[in-house]
Amino acid sequence: MVPTSYYLVLSAILFGLGVLAFVFKRNIITIFMAIELMLNAVNLAFVAFSQALHKSDGEVFVLFVIVVAAAEAAVGLGIIILTARNRRSLNVERVDLLKL
Amino acid sequence: MFLIVPIIKIALLVFIVLTADAYLTWLERKVIAHIQARWGPYRVGPHGLLQPLADGIKFILKEDPLPEGVDKKAYFFAPFLTLMLALTSLAVIPFGPDITILGYKTNFGIADVNISLLALFAITALSVYGIALAGWGSNSKYSLLGGLRSSAQMISYELSLTLSVVGVLLMAGTLSLKEIVEMQHYSSYGFLGWNIIGFSKDHFGFTQIIGCICFFISAVAETNRVPFDLPEAESELVAGFHTEYASMKFAMFFIGEYTAMIAVSSLSTILFFGGWLSPFPDSWTLTHYIPSVLLVPLGLWIIFDGIRYETIFGRIVLPGLGTVLTVVGAALFLFPAANEIIQGPFWFFIKVFAALFFYIWMRGTLPRFRYDQLMDFGWKFLLPVSIANVVLTSAVLLWRSHG
Amino acid sequence: MSAVLFIFFVLAGLAIFGAVALILQSHPIHSALSLILVMLCLAGLYLLMGAEFVAAVQIIVYGGAVMVLFVFVIMLLNAGEEERTNFSKLASFAGVPLALALAGLIAAAIANSTRHMPAATTGELTSTRELSKLLFSEFVYPFELTSFLILVAILGAIVLAQREHH
Repeated sequence: MVPTSYYLVLSAILFGLGVLAFVFKRNIITIFMAIELMLNAVNLAFVAFSQALHKSDGEVFVLFVIVVAAAEAAVGLGIIILTARNRRSLNVERVDLLKL
Repeated sequence: MFLIVPIIKIALLVFIVLTADAYLTWLERKVIAHIQARWGPYRVGPHGLLQPLADGIKFILKEDPLPEGVDKKAYFFAPFLTLMLALTSLAVIPFGPDITILGYKTNFGIADVNISLLALFAITALSVYGIALAGWGSNSKYSLLGGLRSSAQMISYELSLTLSVVGVLLMAGTLSLKEIVEMQHYSSYGFLGWNIIGFSKDHFGFTQIIGCICFFISAVAETNRVPFDLPEAESELVAGFHTEYASMKFAMFFIGEYTAMIAVSSLSTILFFGGWLSPFPDSWTLTHYIPSVLLVPLGLWIIFDGIRYETIFGRIVLPGLGTVLTVVGAALFLFPAANEIIQGPFWFFIKVFAALFFYIWMRGTLPRFRYDQLMDFGWKFLLPVSIANVVLTSAVLLWRSHG
Repeated sequence: MSAVLFIFFVLAGLAIFGAVALILQSHPIHSALSLILVMLCLAGLYLLMGAEFVAAVQIIVYGGAVMVLFVFVIMLLNAGEEERTNFSKLASFAGVPLALALAGLIAAAIANSTRHMPAATTGELTSTRELSKLLFSEFVYPFELTSFLILVAILGAIVLAQREHH
């Protein structure tokens, strides 16, 4: 039997790695992927708690998180495509002026 | 160790499926040739039966070039991924009822999970990556275009694939493929209990013919077959996403495509045509001898044809093959225990064979869709029809359970 | 070491490896592949905990749709490798050990506070039927709201992807 704390520590480690990727990478798409990693880490914590407390509410919430993440990815990637077309670069350090 | 039986089953299944893939290519070439009024492979072995062996040897011995500038991780991973996913999808398919061999009760598939249908869809969803990575990693414009087009087509038709199955799920109330087949089992009605007709007395059913047609069309689009094979058509984009692949890597794509075809045909027979159930009611026990009745004359005919064959090799091999089939048919007639075990897989095999024949028939007959026609058809016709099927099925089931 | 614990460590190790590869890879497509690996490992962990429906939905939606979207965008925009910059030496000498220490502190705090919770892998499966009963009785309002949210996302994506009308 795997104790709950193992899953929660794994979730925290993945979340921390997501934050690291968010801070250190310069490509906007990679930063977006780090956001998805953070959401996944949170999902893992939800499911772990749901199983430990023998209620399925956590799993239903995970379904909602997955749906919201999918919607967010769709719109976010649309915005990224437009920005990349206008600025001709995917580097976030180049998108620091309102002027094109 | 409790892993011995699954490992034996996996080895047996992989061996059978890979041989079936090879002879499926032979069957396809023969059937398309006869549709086009010619003979197909005839020289390599009697009736071209050794053609797959010759193709295999060619694939192994051919030079395996590595184009310049390819992204090594994506280029090498893509065919491996395609083949691995196609073979994995066969793990959850039940080929027959639970059997008891030598006192050991086991199910007639490799894994019996509660969500086998969802697992199958998950594997289908992942197979988009094989094509996208192959197209992108090949460092070639045609491959990239073909890969992108093919992936877009696959994810579009995945929607109607999953929605067309929801009607069956509403009637079955379970996601397990084995229980979906069990649900279609009505001993006094035979094939009328199959989901395509949906006539049942225990629970409420509705004919799933719209669902079956949507499923089959979406499945053809998923496996990139004619008439939806624009991304890999030879006259369009050179060869689409597998332009830059040669010999063994191309063979992996090829085998992956045929295995996916077999998996999808098996899925359609399980969901809509009763899986391993016989079309005759259970009370007609004489129909249990149909396998023998089919095998013995087939064996005798092969012997008769082989004796008068042109080449000496054919005159030895064909009567040998015919004798084997006759002996197997006679053995099934004489040993009722073996006959009972073989009933389920026999009917499953016949139905899958019919579905595969339909696939090949479509390839020989239909022209291919243009890309925008293809996407229009998937989004503007198939998706609304699948949703309408769900609404209609649930309305009929609700009405019948109240009235 | 029971089989379940062993499988947990294998999957957790692979997930952490994928996340570290996400940070260390230079080309976005390799980062995307590492993220897909992380998602598959997480689906395996959900299966280990008995949440089979969530595992299947994770693979179908996250692994088969969202990540395909990412891979498409990377291929369409032809994203190249990231440029190398000069990191400050202070960051690599003091920053990384400090970050590890912080992570260790948080992990210790979590492990300490949940020590007496029941085990997460209980060996029982969550049936899909139970999940759907919850979804359509207690959570029906968020369910309908998420369908509305998806509609908004579809409209947003269509508007964003339109060609400009000059």
